[in-house]
Amino acid sequence: MRLALLFLIPFLGGACAFIIRNNGLRRGMFLAACFMHLSLTASVWIVRPVGIFNGWLVLDAIGTLFLGVTSLLFFIAGLYALEYLKREDVHPQSDEEEGFMFMNAPEAVFTGCLLMFLASMTLVTMCQHFGLLWVGMELTTLVSAPLIYFHRHHRSLEATWKYLVICSVGIALALLGNIFLAIASLDAGGKAVPLLVRTLIDQAGIMSLPWLKVAFIFFLVGYGTKMGLAPLHTWLPDAHSESPSVVSALLSGALLNCAFLSILRIYQVCAAARLEPFCDGLFIIFGLLSMAFAALFILRQADYKRMLAYSSVEHMGILVFGIGIGGQAVFGSMFHVINHSLAKAMLFLLAGNVLAVFRTKLSGQVKGMIRVIPVTGALLFTGFFAVSGMPPFGVFVSKFIIVNGAFTRGRIWAGACFLAILAAIFIGMVTTILRMVQGEPEDKESGRSPEPFLRVFPPAVLCAMLFILGVYMPAFLYRVLNEAARALGGGF
Amino acid sequence: MKEWVDIVLIAIVVANLMLLVSSRLAACIRIVAVQGIAAGILPLVMHPSEIGLEMLAFSGCSIILKGVVFPWLLSRVLREGNVRREVEAFVSFSSSVIVGVICTGLAFWITRRLPLPVTVLSPLIIPVSFATIFIGLFVITSRVQAMTQVLGYLVLENGIYVTGMAFLVQQPVVVELGILLDIFVAVFVMGIAIFHISREFDHIDTQQLSKLRDN
Repeated sequence: MRLALLFLIPFLGGACAFIIRNNGLRRGMFLAACFMHLSLTASVWIVRPVGIFNGWLVLDAIGTLFLGVTSLLFFIAGLYALEYLKREDVHPQSDEEEGFMFMNAPEAVFTGCLLMFLASMTLVTMCQHFGLLWVGMELTTLVSAPLIYFHRHHRSLEATWKYLVICSVGIALALLGNIFLAIASLDAGGKAVPLLVRTLIDQAGIMSLPWLKVAFIFFLVGYGTKMGLAPLHTWLPDAHSESPSVVSALLSGALLNCAFLSILRIYQVCAAARLEPFCDGLFIIFGLLSMAFAALFILRQADYKRMLAYSSVEHMGILVFGIGIGGQAVFGSMFHVINHSLAKAMLFLLAGNVLAVFRTKLSGQVKGMIRVIPVTGALLFTGFFAVSGMPPFGVFVSKFIIVNGAFTRGRIWAGACFLAILAAIFIGMVTTILRMVQGEPEDKESGRSPEPFLRVFPPAVLCAMLFILGVYMPAFLYRVLNEAARALGGGF
Repeated sequence: MKEWVDIVLIAIVVANLMLLVSSRLAACIRIVAVQGIAAGILPLVMHPSEIGLEMLAFSGCSIILKGVVFPWLLSRVLREGNVRREVEAFVSFSSSVIVGVICTGLAFWITRRLPLPVTVLSPLIIPVSFATIFIGLFVITSRVQAMTQVLGYLVLENGIYVTGMAFLVQQPVVVELGILLDIFVAVFVMGIAIFHISREFDHIDTQQLSKLRDN
């Protein structure tokens, strides 16, 4: 029942948003739907519901974890969206970079798609059937495409098109992976079994290993495109830099996780079939490659939103790297999912504030933030330190668990590469951010810009949570994280 | 019924190659529609003994969607968007056909080395499905216009669908309908995007979509 409601509330809310004419009413409905979703999610964290539809929709520990992150992020970003929509309710808008005038997409479409986006991601976290999981993943692409094209101009259109085509083709390959998985699961008599995670794990002993390997590769490439693993990440910087900041925050903090979750599902099956060495090797290679790619582009990045996008590529690499290492690093990876989502959402929301005041995405043209927008400046500065893994924030703890796992499990070279790349990224990010925060503003007369409460409160909440996670791990969180890590063959 | 299966499969291959040489977008849309219908008929001719209400309904949905709704939607975009009607490609038509033939040959070669866990009705079906996937990917990467990328995506989907048929992978109906729904929404959203692209840029060349890059 609660599972059905978790999906239906945002879904029906989204449908209503298309019909409601009054902006205020629609915004209220939007926030109410987000809040109800969050409360239901909280109840799911306390007592886990039983599965529905013959076990097709079940919330296990992994699903609960990802659902929690998604729901929490949506509510916080929803608060920010209220102020954002008010700010954007001026027609026509002028472009920050090129100065031309453009219209926004109707607010009803934007709100409706946001709620549908939440519904589709909720579906992904609950799916235990690989076919339905695919349907949910493709749905997330389709309902989020209009969100990227909120500002109707040629750059966002280009980003939307690339996002649609690259992700759709990528996910089509994952569908092929589904077929190969079904072939692998045909037992000797040629009888098909339902493609449920649980059933396949039980049957793993008699699956055809070569076909399962092929299936895993297709899943990794297909959903890896959506997750932004290098070298399949090409849509990601464009989509993240051109979409409204709220959407970038959700894409990075929630959507990429969902793609990661889909890869974890096939990994569960492969691990049960004793293909761990094969999968882990691929995970470590893809992980380090993504981090290296990200480092390369962060070091010479002039656009701060693109820099954040590449940082997401880096963190996705860290997530799969942790799974590949195994043991305690899997726990670290699960914990890092939360930390990365909180940190990246916070930074993208703040980037939106910077863009609104300075009207440029080039970090070279942003100076003296601490004078002009002190709260945003201070939070952004803290956020950058948090995301690049400085104590006392949660990101530090999870990265530390992962790298410690790499060394204790004898992956010395992988651990060393990991640390070297992190150092390079740290230097790249911090030099940029220091230039942006410090210095004299170019326009000295302007003085302080106003910072409305809802523009700084949501990122501040995220920042506080990151700090708490860095110094204190609540028992209920530890239980879920460890249970999830154990389901993936690791944990403490 | 085996002859019928082969005829349908040959129709799919011919559609692949015709798509590679057609110079008019409207013709390409029709070719992909015919291919979609052929793919939709395939389960009916493959397992005539198992035809039930469920199968008929599903086949009917996919034929109507791929054969009627998609071509109508895409032709509408072509008309209203005032889009140029000729296919533009990075690779010339004659080279495209050579690539198409190579793809098809490659698919046959791969199939011969594949250890098959199931017996198949027609030896043609697996190579045809792989060839269709390869050609779909080739069309997406080698053509300039946004419209042809959508057509390539549809060919890719047809190929994957036939692959599922080849290996007798029966997904539950809910999943099959979900996949169809997703493809429908994908084409719909892409159609809207093409419409906007044509208005914004006065044409639908994806080459113009190259402003976003790292300096």
